Amino acid sequence: MALLKIKNITYRVPEKEIFSNLSLVVEKEEVHAILGKNGTGKSTLAYLIMGCEGYVPDSGKILFEGKVINGLKLHERAQLGITLAWQEPVRFEGISVRDFLILKNKEADPSPYLEMVGLLPELYLGRIMDKTLSGGERKRIELASIVALQPKFAILDEPDSGIDMLSIQDILNVIATLKKNGASVLLITHREEIAKIADRASQICNGKIVCTGAPDNVAEYYKTRKCEICSSEECVYV
Amino acid sequence: MSELEDLMKVFGESGGDKSILGIHDIAHLVASGHKILSMRAVEGIEVKAEETATGIDANIRILEGIILKHPVHICFGVLHKKGIQEIKMNVQLEKDSSAEFIAHCIFPKAEKVRHIMDAVVEIGENSKMKYSEIHYHGISGGIEVIPKAVVKVGKNGRYLTDFSLTTGRVGKLGIDYTVEVGENAVTELIVRVFGHGNDEIKIQEKVVLKGENSKGLIKTRVAIEDKSQAEITGITEGNAKGARGHVDCLEIIKDGAVGKAIPIVSVSHPLAKVTHEAAIGSVDKKQLETLMAHRLTPEEAVDIIVRGILK
Repeated sequence: MALLKIKNITYRVPEKEIFSNLSLVVEKEEVHAILGKNGTGKSTLAYLIMGCEGYVPDSGKILFEGKVINGLKLHERAQLGITLAWQEPVRFEGISVRDFLILKNKEADPSPYLEMVGLLPELYLGRIMDKTLSGGERKRIELASIVALQPKFAILDEPDSGIDMLSIQDILNVIATLKKNGASVLLITHREEIAKIADRASQICNGKIVCTGAPDNVAEYYKTRKCEICSSEECVYV
Repeated sequence: MSELEDLMKVFGESGGDKSILGIHDIAHLVASGHKILSMRAVEGIEVKAEETATGIDANIRILEGIILKHPVHICFGVLHKKGIQEIKMNVQLEKDSSAEFIAHCIFPKAEKVRHIMDAVVEIGENSKMKYSEIHYHGISGGIEVIPKAVVKVGKNGRYLTDFSLTTGRVGKLGIDYTVEVGENAVTELIVRVFGHGNDEIKIQEKVVLKGENSKGLIKTRVAIEDKSQAEITGITEGNAKGARGHVDCLEIIKDGAVGKAIPIVSVSHPLAKVTHEAAIGSVDKKQLETLMAHRLTPEEAVDIIVRGILK
């Protein structure tokens, strides 16, 4: 059963069409990977679904649990159970890791969420989410906070960026836990080893989904760039 | 209830620890208006204070080699709606000494109150002073706070100060600090203020890096809303070899508030370096959207961001 349906969305910025009648379905409790080269609009798709300021489709519909959410603001979509982990998590002055992990549930114990992403609670809970934490540390903390939220639908925008190779398993644990908790995950990534955890994958090229299927098949398609839109073995858009 | 009890009641409500008055190895000075209500010195510290027609003259000296175990607690306030309190304070830390001061300034009912602080601080060689000033104001905004300090930090010395006015209305604030930093000495000046209504905030902090390898940081965090105004001037001069200074100013503006930041950096030695950063504007969009994606309303998200920068 579909949790999120994107129906023929078109989205333009001045002098460029980012999406042209793009459609996508993410099922309940499905991990759906989105593959695509830099600049193909993967993060833009995330912002359109989340409802970030300035990201409104020119046409088409976004449906969540069967209801059109185009008109809802970001926080209203979040209250429906949609959330987003950013490719580059932002810094916060004066907000501790503990407070960030339990923003809406002050009574919760944040420690297990930190442990899940390979960070020791005794070393991190009291730290501040500012420039004293590396990008990789903030990334892990943000992923931990997404698990703590218990969303219905989590968009993870390149959760592996800034994370060292040895810690990829931590990211896979986060995705597996979200799914185990009943969430669907839209997983934006460049790495095949991450995409492999997905139930299905789709490739974006030239503003459209050009291929959807088993992650291995889509990854192979991605590597060889046999893009129907380009009608060429070597994609002219990459 | 006595005036001391009244003041200590508000002191407790503003986060102060009332029990310190009864602890014999903790130094303190408590004054309401121009009346000294309580005072205690401990071994290694000399406190002389006298009442004047409009305030208090205080001389505090930390003797050579003394490392104070506990902070010196200072509580100044005006509990009435109208009044003036002029504090003249001379603080001297002799060589190889260390002391921390925690000052609470309390004006809960101020409708027409002036609080003027004129401090001269001298920090001797290898000595360290930390001074935290926490203001607790009421809601009327009828208060004028004018803290002025001239500080000299000797060789290998440390001077750290943290001024916080985030509770109640600011009224009119006019901070004027000048710190002269000697060889291998360090200073860090932090100011946090939250302005509302028609509050007027004017902050000028100046660090003169006079000694070789001296270091200075001016960090200002101001949030203003409604029709309040803030003008922040951070001045750092690098005048010696190896001197390093930084001015860091962040102002968050809401509603019809108006903010201005003036970082002034100057260097007169080729091996000195001074940098600055200033940001004024509304709440960072990505911070806001991150918190809203965590199910906070826009109002809750702004509140958390503002409280964070003022922490």
